[in-house]
Amino acid sequence: MKRKAYYARKIKGATHLLFYRHHRKPGVKGWELRRKLGSDYPKVLKILDSYLEKLDLQVNTIFEEPVPTDKPTPSQLDKARFYVTLRGDITSEEVKMMGWRIDDIAGLATAISCILSKKGKASRTDVEGLLRNKLPGWRVDMNMNRYISSGYLAEDENNQLYLDWRTRAEIDRKTLVDLLLGAEG
Amino acid sequence: MCQSVEERNLDPFIVDVDDILEVVREYFPEWESPDELCLDAEAIERLASVIGLQSSWVKHQSTSLYTDPFLLEDKIRRLGKEELAALFLKAWRPIVELEQLSPHSLAGAVSYWRNLLPTNERWLKRASQKTDLGATTRKELVKQRILAEKAFSEELQTFWEELKQSVKGGEKIRYWDFIGAETFAETMKRAYMTSFLITYGYATLEIHRLEEEVFIKPFKKPRNIVGSKQLVSIPVSISIEEWMKWKRGELD
Repeated sequence: MKRKAYYARKIKGATHLLFYRHHRKPGVKGWELRRKLGSDYPKVLKILDSYLEKLDLQVNTIFEEPVPTDKPTPSQLDKARFYVTLRGDITSEEVKMMGWRIDDIAGLATAISCILSKKGKASRTDVEGLLRNKLPGWRVDMNMNRYISSGYLAEDENNQLYLDWRTRAEIDRKTLVDLLLGAEG
Repeated sequence: MCQSVEERNLDPFIVDVDDILEVVREYFPEWESPDELCLDAEAIERLASVIGLQSSWVKHQSTSLYTDPFLLEDKIRRLGKEELAALFLKAWRPIVELEQLSPHSLAGAVSYWRNLLPTNERWLKRASQKTDLGATTRKELVKQRILAEKAFSEELQTFWEELKQSVKGGEKIRYWDFIGAETFAETMKRAYMTSFLITYGYATLEIHRLEEEVFIKPFKKPRNIVGSKQLVSIPVSISIEEWMKWKRGELD
């Protein structure tokens, strides 16, 4: 009973940390969770994840590169960032409720896959050229700026685009590429 | 060439490592002075970095995320917006987050509000400048760079004649000796014109990879090279540092 109460308290703490934004970016670093919840925070997150499953949510762990292939070490977990994300698929109707147009989503898919196929770096001109295929010209620049300000893409001083933190946290890149290649266009 | 591969993200496999190593090995016993040995060492160092790039290229090709860019681009072009969005939604797990007021965000808002000018000051209309209508001359348009002084083809022809004169009966001239000019802007212009001479078959480049030397060879008659053989693009770096080196005679 004492043990159950202990974990119930820890799960509440983890929920507060993960759902409310504390920094400029959402999510919490492993070392922050360890400091607030104790060294058994991976276990606390596992229990929280099983609670969230009923709500179609999950605790998502994003490791720093290179991503560990085996069981992560405590140090790799400390450096990782934890987010609460949707567990299942989202419908296009729900996306519209979230303020995204189908055009915007198609443009984001195009930009991300273009960068992925070019070893994680592509010139803004190339990506915009591809986007013009899908979107009216006047929306291309506006959408690109939106993807950058939301953290999906990053741009350097040489107008090279990279995948940013939100893409790493929210998008299963391998699944996206596999789906695109498998699609009958 | 190795430098170009490193700096410009070119395909590292265009460098034939074996061939260059063979040349280095052949001439190595003949080198005596430290300068010559240093040049060899530098060549080996550059080759090592190209091999490093080749290795990372192979690693990337073998990862699960490797995709042929052309294949993927083709797929993206063929798919409709709705289909693309539907596929993306299957791979998208948006973050759930709650934003709330914090002492930090409140302080930011107060500072913004304090610095915000009243609307009547922000929306001040700027008076437009009135100019009289008038006529202009061709000379004036040339001066303002709206019209070119000579037709481009005419300018290219003159430049080709200049190149033929520069080789002075020889076959070729060093690239920098031909494009180099008093100012960096003029040098850039000459490099730009030279690229057209080569593309349009008025001249060709001769590259000595090991010595990193480039020569220009003018043709007596323009050759139609488009379609007759595989064309390659050759990046040639023109920086202000290199131009200054050329001016000081350090590129010789």
